[in-house]
Amino acid sequence: MTTVAERPDVARAEGPRAARSRSDRMGIYLLLLPSLLPIVVLSVFPLLRGIYLGFTDARAGRNVEVSFTGLANYRELLGDELFWNSFKIGLLWAVGVTVLQFVLALGLALLLNQQLRFRGAARVLAVVPWAMPPVVVGILWKLVYHPDAGLLNEFFHRVGADGLRTNWLGDFSTALPAVIIVGVWAGMPQTTVVLLAGLQGVPRELHEAAAVDGAGTWHRFRNVTLPALAPVIVAITSLDFIWNFNSFGLVYVLTAGGPGGKTMLPMLFAYEEAFRYGNYGYAAALGNAMVLIIVALLAVYLRRRLREAN
Amino acid sequence: MFGKPSRTGRTLQYVALTGYLIFLGFPLVWLVSTAFKPPRELVQLHPTLIPANPTVQNFVQAFTEQELGRAALNSLQVSLASAVLTVLVALPASYALARFRTKLGTAALGWVLLSQLFPFVLLIIPIFLILREVGLANTHAGLVLIYVVWALPFALWMLQGFVRNIPRELEEAASVDGASRLQILRQVVFPLLAPGIVATALFSFISAWNEFFFALVLLKTPELATLPVTLARFVGIEGTARLGPLAAGSLLATLPSLIFFAFMQRRLSSGSLAGAVKG
Repeated sequence: MTTVAERPDVARAEGPRAARSRSDRMGIYLLLLPSLLPIVVLSVFPLLRGIYLGFTDARAGRNVEVSFTGLANYRELLGDELFWNSFKIGLLWAVGVTVLQFVLALGLALLLNQQLRFRGAARVLAVVPWAMPPVVVGILWKLVYHPDAGLLNEFFHRVGADGLRTNWLGDFSTALPAVIIVGVWAGMPQTTVVLLAGLQGVPRELHEAAAVDGAGTWHRFRNVTLPALAPVIVAITSLDFIWNFNSFGLVYVLTAGGPGGKTMLPMLFAYEEAFRYGNYGYAAALGNAMVLIIVALLAVYLRRRLREAN
Repeated sequence: MFGKPSRTGRTLQYVALTGYLIFLGFPLVWLVSTAFKPPRELVQLHPTLIPANPTVQNFVQAFTEQELGRAALNSLQVSLASAVLTVLVALPASYALARFRTKLGTAALGWVLLSQLFPFVLLIIPIFLILREVGLANTHAGLVLIYVVWALPFALWMLQGFVRNIPRELEEAASVDGASRLQILRQVVFPLLAPGIVATALFSFISAWNEFFFALVLLKTPELATLPVTLARFVGIEGTARLGPLAAGSLLATLPSLIFFAFMQRRLSSGSLAGAVKG
């Protein structure tokens, strides 16, 4: 199985020469040091400390005594209804966005891979949402969903479906779907670009051979394109899932978790725990739980895909 | 790719493409249109897609209203400092990674992938505590440090690719001519690396410019807030007439990344940067 990005440029690194002198090695480490030091101090170390915090009762404030509490945080998590609620919403969001993103992106990539008119315009448009800061994407869609001055409600008015007008982000039943649509819109471009690159790597001869054998469009898609694309699909959907599960800024701007916690993603929940209520230990425990869950879900997904491939 | 499709097939393809263009494009049109609408058109009962009397008033207002102007300056400062520092720090290491294979290099790249898994909550609390201990919490310097570390892994990966594309023979030739290691770097490698350095600087500029979460948590003083944080706060105090300046400010905040993406278009469409800029 190959990875998404083929990097032919990496393949030619110099082999470890048997006799690399000591001063040479010192030189290499000196070159690496300015990069490695900040990564260790401000990325590796904080992460380890963050994992550890999840097993303590750390709270905000100076000179607060921190003690190791073992699994107490996790026992509390298991009984925390708000956490389970947020977790359920997070799963709905992450799976919903990832699946829709993938299906729509695959469709768009297939279209962009054809000789169609307006393909250039579509390619540019397909990348623009990717270039926007997440906060701006949030604001943009707030304008679209705005109950009075919004594009969507105005559209329903113009087509004579005033009954469908609603406060999309403020209504209990529409808030989560509305937010998921925004997630799809924001993340689709990247997935499309990756899938398009994958499609362009599918050998043309395979298609021609299949066509000669009399395979129809659907059969060629099912039996030639999809298998050739499988590694790319597995990689990008896994990454999308991780990114979506950990996403924060978009929903923070759109609903801040509301109405009534209907869009309270786990990241928002953890943010509130940590920086509104100052429960550092509990928030870190939540983070640890999220990592475990993501890893477990990915393991199941990847194993199933691998078995299918064999 | 699928040979010549039937006429109905073609028609269906165009219908689908139109659907995509509407879904992707209309929200953008709406943002631009809102940004150019005068207040009267913003509050009217049934808004129009195209402003009847377009105005740049919103842009002027977004800029002169102290907060957005100051926030843009803050963002500019932080992003520029992050870009310069990232390149300075990444340059030597990327050379070492490209020219010598070390276990350390492999470990660094492994860390990049692994760190994707972990939610920011786990990082942000310890980082916040560390910065507070050294007196850098609630300062631009502290935020810049975080942005450099945050951009570094990808910057390293990107730059070392550029180094690899410089033929080793050039360096060997200079070495035969009696140039020292340092001279080779300064006179042969760095000039050829210029496009790579620009691309890396732009990348780290943009990721700092767009970043929201760390800025939200680390900067408590409103005067220090960056553009995304200030825009997000604007959202809270809406009244329909405020939407105009908000849209205008958002549009301006998007410009740097749009320029960056235009610049990187070719690399993007070839897929070589596909996994690069996190959504």
